[in-house]
Amino acid sequence: MRTDVNAFLGSYPFRRVPGTSPAALLAAMDRTGIGQAWVSHLPGIFWRDPAAGNAWLVEAAGLHPRLRPVLAVHPEVTGWERVVQSAVDGRAPAIRCDPTYYGIGASGPSMRALTSACGGAGILLMLAVRLEDGRQRHPNDHAAELPAAAVRALVRADPAVHILVTHADRPFIEEVHFGSTPDEARRIWWDISWIWGPPEDHLETLFRTVGPARFVFGTGQPLRIPENAVAKLDLLDLASADRAAVEGGNAAAAVGDPAGKG
Amino acid sequence: MLIDVHAHFLHDRTPRADWRERNASRLRAGERVGITIHLASILGSWGLTSPIYFPSPDDCRHGNDYLLQLQREHPERIRGYVAVNPNYTDHALGEIRRCLDGGMIGVKLAASRRADDPLLDPICGLAAERGVPVLQHIWQHRRRDYPGQEASDALELGRLAARHRSVPFILAHIGGGGDWLQSLPAIRGLPNVMVDLSGSGVDGGMLETCLEAVGAERLLWGCDLTIETGWAKLRYLERILSSADLERVRWRNAARIFPSGAFPSD
Repeated sequence: MRTDVNAFLGSYPFRRVPGTSPAALLAAMDRTGIGQAWVSHLPGIFWRDPAAGNAWLVEAAGLHPRLRPVLAVHPEVTGWERVVQSAVDGRAPAIRCDPTYYGIGASGPSMRALTSACGGAGILLMLAVRLEDGRQRHPNDHAAELPAAAVRALVRADPAVHILVTHADRPFIEEVHFGSTPDEARRIWWDISWIWGPPEDHLETLFRTVGPARFVFGTGQPLRIPENAVAKLDLLDLASADRAAVEGGNAAAAVGDPAGKG
Repeated sequence: MLIDVHAHFLHDRTPRADWRERNASRLRAGERVGITIHLASILGSWGLTSPIYFPSPDDCRHGNDYLLQLQREHPERIRGYVAVNPNYTDHALGEIRRCLDGGMIGVKLAASRRADDPLLDPICGLAAERGVPVLQHIWQHRRRDYPGQEASDALELGRLAARHRSVPFILAHIGGGGDWLQSLPAIRGLPNVMVDLSGSGVDGGMLETCLEAVGAERLLWGCDLTIETGWAKLRYLERILSSADLERVRWRNAARIFPSGAFPSD
């Protein structure tokens, strides 16, 4: 089953984006053969307490078995530990944190504490490098992109933590992957949404150098059209087993569900 | 038929040691997507001996020569834009004449001079005389100067297009970065400005906004540096356009603005 680990529900504050409702997302998934999507609450990323969007997200996703909510947590808001526990209790596939959008240090003490909590609880920590191309962001959208150094620091911060990084490009991935020990690198997954295909062939190169086992299918929809992630796989000569792993098996393994039952 | 109106190739005098592999990859991916014609330009030495967006006359000539050679080697797949630096007026005009005579079918202006600068007028005058379009590199909503290029946005291209109503202009890579929401209204009332859909950006809502702003008859399909994004946009358009409009975007609009006989079944 094709699983999109990088999808959103809800409006975007910096421009009108069509297709942000659950029904529209499901229609886009049908259009592109996506069986399941891990969904984040898009407006909450910009709230002072992003966890305030979790209740709506859980309720909205709960109406649709194909949508799995990714709860958001701000590690400097009192009670954040309870948010982590609720994600675990609710069998969320991951918990997301967007430190640069929250205005906190991307690898500071609070992020390290969150990392340890996720490692201890056995829940995947999701981090986004960016949401939009830096050249087109709204003039008042000043949040920095996630630095590669932060991912290196966080994966070293707890030996049990597993991290999923979305919206990373080839240089970012190479910097983190080859700047990590093999054990650290095995605890990081990358979604393919921001990686270029031919003629630059960044995805093909990464599959050769890093290996397809570290990559998962992600689109960034509805901020980006999901056809893009499918097209870049269709342009590869990928063994069917590797393609199946990238499209779903690796995501299932990342959340401890290698059978992919969700 | 499917025409990619915004392609590039590399050559031996560029910083890229893998230039052959990249060229081969473009053609190979094009076969899979079904691209009939790669309509390409080469921006000088791509930075090796002069800046990408400020190519020296010698580098322009070498890049254009290589593209002419590619066009001869792949007559069924490749067509060329002649790339020039408008700061060297005499050289640019001579190069346009030479390369159009050699079989190229359009002019590529990158970012050596602002699009509304009078130095572009003689080039556009020659484009009108020869009946070829001008592909203008655009930074969608340029808010400041960026290093390495004298980039233009849609407002500046619009001023040039208003001065040369008989020349078809192509606003480059609407998905190539910058605020495309600013570009589209700026050229809505200029029927001689077409929108090229290329670029790595695949923003939700972008294609619908393009259609609302200029209609399917002014959209041109393309890829630039990322063929997968071009293919994704094409797949999306297949869902929302009528077959007649899809044919316009795939190739008929290009066939309309480029010289007669420029493409195989034209």
